[in-house]
Amino acid sequence: MANHTNHNSHAESHGSLKSYVIGFILSIVLTIIPLVLVMNPLFSKAGTIIAIMIMAVLQFVIQLFFFMHIREGEKPRWNVQTLVLGLVIVLTIVAGSIWIMAFNV
Amino acid sequence: MQQVANNHEHGHAHDHEHGHEDHEQLKVLGFWIFLVTDCILFGSLFATYAVLMHSYAGGPTGKELFELPGVIASTFILLTSSFTSGLAILAMNKGKVKELIGWLVVTALLGLSFIGLEISEFTHLVHEGATMSTSAFWSAFFTLVGTHGVHVSVGLFWMVAIMMQLRRRGLTPVTRRKVTTLSLYWHFLDVVWIFLFTVVYLMGVM
Repeated sequence: MANHTNHNSHAESHGSLKSYVIGFILSIVLTIIPLVLVMNPLFSKAGTIIAIMIMAVLQFVIQLFFFMHIREGEKPRWNVQTLVLGLVIVLTIVAGSIWIMAFNV
Repeated sequence: MQQVANNHEHGHAHDHEHGHEDHEQLKVLGFWIFLVTDCILFGSLFATYAVLMHSYAGGPTGKELFELPGVIASTFILLTSSFTSGLAILAMNKGKVKELIGWLVVTALLGLSFIGLEISEFTHLVHEGATMSTSAFWSAFFTLVGTHGVHVSVGLFWMVAIMMQLRRRGLTPVTRRKVTTLSLYWHFLDVVWIFLFTVVYLMGVM
């Protein structure tokens, strides 16, 4: 690449080996914990569901930060803003559907 | 801000190049917006699944037919492929085309074995009498998991195409951008799978 300054900013904006390895290890841990919880239940069924959903969300956040580098977008963080909008829509659809259909008994 | 500082340092000779770079960055943002809409697609399918989760219509249940070992294997395969696509990005940042293509090959092979496992799971389910028309539960299941599988398959074709482009053109701003969007797509598919694994399989066998 002809442009040195730009090249540098590219390199740092896509993380280091360290951050990928940390993200990978954390993801593995957050996959194994729910597995163990489901195979030998420590909590009640509702408790287990809440626990494994929390693990899934945590793993999503970890991938977002360590793999997808959500923090390192430039200027106004359009990517974060669209993501937040998307998540609001997804949560509305999922929670709304479950809520409405809960009255369908 | 940084863009302004850069322009200042390099004078106006690079203006055109910067414009090009900006354009590629904009395309990455555009792709990101696509991923967010894809999120909404999966959100709707998850909502459908959550609503129809217990509508077995007298047919087999998930608990009876899901085989966790295969699913656990696919989970770790996809997670590892997400990691290797990150390593591909690191190789790209170092300007090493061969290493980059190498990691993409590893990622594609992992993706292929994921699809292989999924196909064998689906054939197993159909043999056990759980097809798309068996019950609302199985319709929702095959639609949700199948849509993810189709995404992974499309990603595989895309990956092969990009490897060919990298061979032919090497690292240019355009191929860089393509590898960046591809790896975003691949991480996204892994994120969707985490929720599939949790909601469909882990909750399914509970």
